[in-house]
Amino acid sequence: GILSLSLPLSLSLCLACCLSLCLSLCLSLSLSLSQEKQYVGFATLPNQVHRKSVKKGFDFTLMVAGESGMGKSTLVNSLFLTDLYKDRKLLNSEERINQTVEIIKHTVDIEEKGVKLKLTIVDTPGFGDAVNNNECWKPITDYIDQQFEQYFRDESGLNRKNIQDNRVHCCLYFIPPFGHGLRPVDVEFMKALHEKVNVVPLIAKADCLTPNEIKKLKDRVREEIERFGIKVYQFPECDSDEDEEFKQLDKELKECCPLAVIGSNTVVETRGQRVRGRLYPWGIVEVENQSHCDFVKLRNMLIRSHMHDLKDVTCDVHYENYRAQCIQDMTSKLTQDNRMESPIPILPLSTPDVETDRLIKMKDEELARMQEMLNKMQQQIHDGKDQ
Amino acid sequence: MSESIIPPEVRPKPAVPAKPPHVAAPSPTAPHGPSGLGGGVGVDRVPGLGHSGGGSTLLGYIGIDTIIEQMRKKTMKAGFDFNIMIVGYSGLGKSTLVNTLFKSQVSRWSSGWGGEHKIPKTVEIKAVSHVIEEGGVKMKLTVIDTPGFGDQINNENCWDPISKYINEQYEKFLKEEVNIARKKRIPDTRVHCCLYFISPTGHSLRQLDIEFMKHLSRVVNIIPVIAKSDTMTPDEKNEFKHRVRKELETYGIEYYPQNEFDDDMEDKNENDKIREAMPFAVVGSDKEYQVNGKRVLGRKTAWGVVEVENPNHCEFALLRDFLIRSHLQDLKEVTHNIHYETYRARRLNDNGGLHPISANNTQESNL
Repeated sequence: GILSLSLPLSLSLCLACCLSLCLSLCLSLSLSLSQEKQYVGFATLPNQVHRKSVKKGFDFTLMVAGESGMGKSTLVNSLFLTDLYKDRKLLNSEERINQTVEIIKHTVDIEEKGVKLKLTIVDTPGFGDAVNNNECWKPITDYIDQQFEQYFRDESGLNRKNIQDNRVHCCLYFIPPFGHGLRPVDVEFMKALHEKVNVVPLIAKADCLTPNEIKKLKDRVREEIERFGIKVYQFPECDSDEDEEFKQLDKELKECCPLAVIGSNTVVETRGQRVRGRLYPWGIVEVENQSHCDFVKLRNMLIRSHMHDLKDVTCDVHYENYRAQCIQDMTSKLTQDNRMESPIPILPLSTPDVETDRLIKMKDEELARMQEMLNKMQQQIHDGKDQ
Repeated sequence: MSESIIPPEVRPKPAVPAKPPHVAAPSPTAPHGPSGLGGGVGVDRVPGLGHSGGGSTLLGYIGIDTIIEQMRKKTMKAGFDFNIMIVGYSGLGKSTLVNTLFKSQVSRWSSGWGGEHKIPKTVEIKAVSHVIEEGGVKMKLTVIDTPGFGDQINNENCWDPISKYINEQYEKFLKEEVNIARKKRIPDTRVHCCLYFISPTGHSLRQLDIEFMKHLSRVVNIIPVIAKSDTMTPDEKNEFKHRVRKELETYGIEYYPQNEFDDDMEDKNENDKIREAMPFAVVGSDKEYQVNGKRVLGRKTAWGVVEVENPNHCEFALLRDFLIRSHLQDLKEVTHNIHYETYRARRLNDNGGLHPISANNTQESNL
């Protein structure tokens, strides 16, 4: 009886197995066939983006702010391995008596491994140097707003082929290492700028502090930044699929803020190597030695990992805030005056245009993501080549 | 100056030098030299190079020179005062340097460390006194700190509380002096020396540095120092010092030791050397580390130990020797004979020659 039952059962089981096997085989066959038939070819898009963007090049605008003598120019030279300031003449105090805060731009084209970068450094000499520094940040905020306004005009204009992006993507603010934390001028400056630009506070000339003092100062500055509600640039959270090493580096970076940096225009010989550093009678400070300062972390963050995010946040957050504010002002002005005059070309508020704007933005974001992917792929290919 | 007003005959000398003085001949070309006991008891800054008493040769030993020993004993018993003011932006290591200079915890942070560096709204004046003793000599050291200097966004006239304080001390001394029943030793709270701390930017002086020193170099002895000089390499230090000195000259800021108060060629030579080396680039520390088997005061970084008393590392030793070991007494004298006299003359002239009656005086003073 049981045997008789089991036999057909096992048989049917076998049959079922065979059938499923056949079916899966067929399916896979058909799938591969369909894949071949449905291969479109847009997997090459990253390559196309890569070619286009390499042809176009990237641009990045970096602002440096802080009192004179904080080592800003030296740090910029160290970061980008250039000598942007070699013809600079230091003003003596006589010449500086009536100086107001100026805005000076230096542009340099850097090319590395076929990728071109147009780097603009915006310098702010005169900041915080006077006896009365009331509103000494006003020329700086005005400059940033002007760049936004320019971009806004260009974006709303008819010919948008060659928009130049002069918006400030990042502002490095140099906090003196001599104090006991943030001073009123530091707080006021950062608060005036934190909603207009990505503010990255740095502790300047960190070689005059012992490791203990650096830690105390960092803790104090972090605590004061929070207490005064200053919105400094926040590093984006790591994607969950990033590798452990990257996550670890990211965590270290966040814990090190504000970064304590040292710059140097001179090369010294130490431990059989020639490195950028500073030669003291009691020892040699190496700029790129991680146990001496956070310079390497800053360079990696600024250039190698977060340059694009800085630009994104500038475009998506700071610029959009400015734009929204602008439009709001314009519309309120319109309803007030009932006139069609306006210094900025009026954006039609009809929905179709807003939609195209959104579409364009979406496409831009896609492109940006693909660029990111591309960079990673490039890196992998290079690593593959080296091996 | 005070030509028309003859200072009282016997004014007790409020100080005693650290090293035994030599009797100096009264110099007729020094109107600001103190008149007083006999042939004038001047104090030589450089021991061992005294002037010999001018005049007749002595036939036999009288023993006049023992007066030095008597004076010494007296003043050692009495002790003396020194008041030093420290001014500069926050965080330049002022308190640490003063502690290092006097090898004791004399700054206000050492007495009751609160840990909170609150920025005051205006410049405050905080005076802390300690009695320190060395080799039987007692010194009442008062360190006058000026928290809040340069901290605000608008620092215009932030030196007003400071100059007000200095003038108030002169006023106090003046009041005591014109009393009929005077104390034997007038307590001296006048600021003998003002250490001004320059930020080591490496570029040049800051606006506030210049304004402060311009306004106060006529009122008090200012000694500029370059703070936290371990920020600069030796080349940068020299360049910076050179630039700072040039700027001080351009603005006519007479820092101590002032050119115009050099008594004679010897002083002038010595002071010239010092003036050339100023402002001293210093580093302060109250921590000790082991270097080459010795325990030294220093700052330990990841790349080496900055030794405070090593002349190759910084000029702290020069400052200390200058301030304490050779010119301490002179600082007091210049304060007393020049700055105070200037103040006094101005006050007396302002009041038409009559000194106003203060609440303490019940009788009129007769000047």
